[in-house]
Amino acid sequence: MSSPQSKASAANASGSNAPERYYNYAYLDEQTKRMIRRAILKALAIPGYQVPFGSREMPVPYGWGTGGIQLTAAIIGPDDVYKCIDQGADDTTNAVSIRRFFAKVADVAVTEDTAEATIIQTRHRIPEKPLKEGQVLVFQVPQPEPLRGLEPRETETRAMHAYEEYGLQYVSLYESVATYGRIASTVGYPTMIDERYLMSPSPIPKFDNPKLDDNEAILLFGAGREKRIYAVPPHTSVRSLDFEDYPFETQTWEENCALCGAEDSYLDEVVLDDAGERMFVCSDSHYCAERRAAGHVGPMAGHQLAVPEKEPAA
Amino acid sequence: MNAMAKTIQAAPLLSVRDLTKWYGQILGCRDVSFELRPGEVLGIVGESGSGKTTLLNCISGRLAPTSGAVEFDTSRFGLTDVYGLSEPDRRRMQREEWGFVHQNPRDGLRMRASGGANVAEPLMNLGGRHYGKMRQATIDWLQRVELDTRRIDDKPRRFSGGMQQRIQVARNLIHGPRLVFMDEPTGGLDVSVQARLLDLLRELVRDLGLAVIIVTHDMAVARLMADRLMVMKGGEVVETGLTDQVLDDPQHPYSQLLVSSVLQI
Repeated sequence: MSSPQSKASAANASGSNAPERYYNYAYLDEQTKRMIRRAILKALAIPGYQVPFGSREMPVPYGWGTGGIQLTAAIIGPDDVYKCIDQGADDTTNAVSIRRFFAKVADVAVTEDTAEATIIQTRHRIPEKPLKEGQVLVFQVPQPEPLRGLEPRETETRAMHAYEEYGLQYVSLYESVATYGRIASTVGYPTMIDERYLMSPSPIPKFDNPKLDDNEAILLFGAGREKRIYAVPPHTSVRSLDFEDYPFETQTWEENCALCGAEDSYLDEVVLDDAGERMFVCSDSHYCAERRAAGHVGPMAGHQLAVPEKEPAA
Repeated sequence: MNAMAKTIQAAPLLSVRDLTKWYGQILGCRDVSFELRPGEVLGIVGESGSGKTTLLNCISGRLAPTSGAVEFDTSRFGLTDVYGLSEPDRRRMQREEWGFVHQNPRDGLRMRASGGANVAEPLMNLGGRHYGKMRQATIDWLQRVELDTRRIDDKPRRFSGGMQQRIQVARNLIHGPRLVFMDEPTGGLDVSVQARLLDLLRELVRDLGLAVIIVTHDMAVARLMADRLMVMKGGEVVETGLTDQVLDDPQHPYSQLLVSSVLQI
């Protein structure tokens, strides 16, 4: 596959091994994919509920996205267009490896364009560009249980979910306000799904929490090590927990993106030298590149960080 | 005397009938029956292994009895069999109307959360969502149990044993329960700390008009706290009566032994 970015090459590849392609397509065997699809359907039927599933060994270690990869493998088809991001960026090692993996085992076209993708697998971010109906966002989740930090017993947390006993989650918010004078937790910020199930939104920054609410896309969450799948179907209410006198708020920055000047995106701080010089850039690399292509200019436009690295041929 | 008369007239808050618990072949407790009225403090005394804690766990909905009934005057359903309630209803009742003070504060506190958060948690469980109000209630309760309010955000392990026990007491009283279970609340404490905690408990119980069931092997605790006593031996209740009556004029040989074995200094 000389150019994994082109749909044409995927079509060629599918022609070359067409007879075998549909058996054990996309790495997992048919029975496993069936099992995962059933878990996904159950998860979609009960928004926010953690469905146990028989997580398989994957060719990457736990913590590298085994849950997300299994979800993707179960729903992907040859006509899909696949995008994979890690911390918002398309060009990080983990994202590149997983993208190549699916280009190889599922013969799908891959892209960096959020609008063009039908399946987006992500770790730690939701793309800045609003998702559309028909898209699926697959999250890689390390710890699906939002109550785990305060209640170590699985039997007890299951009972708490079953009986909607969520007072305990507020203890963590209380501690945060008591210590820092505000709700200081910034990632994995607990959410209430459809006013019924408490859900950890995976380690996305709380900046992205409002994007979960009433989203048009299907949001699937997979935790490979913890063997849980959960989901937020399109147009479901997602409320971030807070106190009446300490309402939920997202992170803000005084700076704009140094490369594209965006005021509304999630920014990463990049340290430039030992003298403490730094810059803030969009964490969503495709969003930033698209804005620059459209002529937006930030204060440090043209910096070497903006030069895209060429992906070596697989 | 007036208060006592009122107590007797009131409908029972808790009614236990023929409660029996077998652990396989081993007897936990057998045929225990009693009634508890609002504002009444019942002491359960007896030696180790006499079934005190088994009885307390059965009554407090934490351990299903082999036979017999435990009825509580719930605010939502009236007088109801505790084990006849569905699990969510029972858990809700335990949360809203009961408190449970463990012998070891580590069993009753969340050691990972701060003292203040431990005290405020019952309020959050009951739907409290206003930080400022809960914070103030926590501070008020820390003062009531005579703790330094500046240490509100310390973790429980940074407090001494007696202080941890006070945090546990505050945590179990802050939501205004009607019935509090105490399993040897002064068990692991030294004598002077014990005396201060007992004093405090007695005051709080009287002020709040709480009904309390307190399990202890310490006759002094029983004398100070309880209106009424049940003496247990080998899983059975051998004598019941008013505290002073049982302690000053014990009838059953075992009660006599128990009372006479208190060391005199």
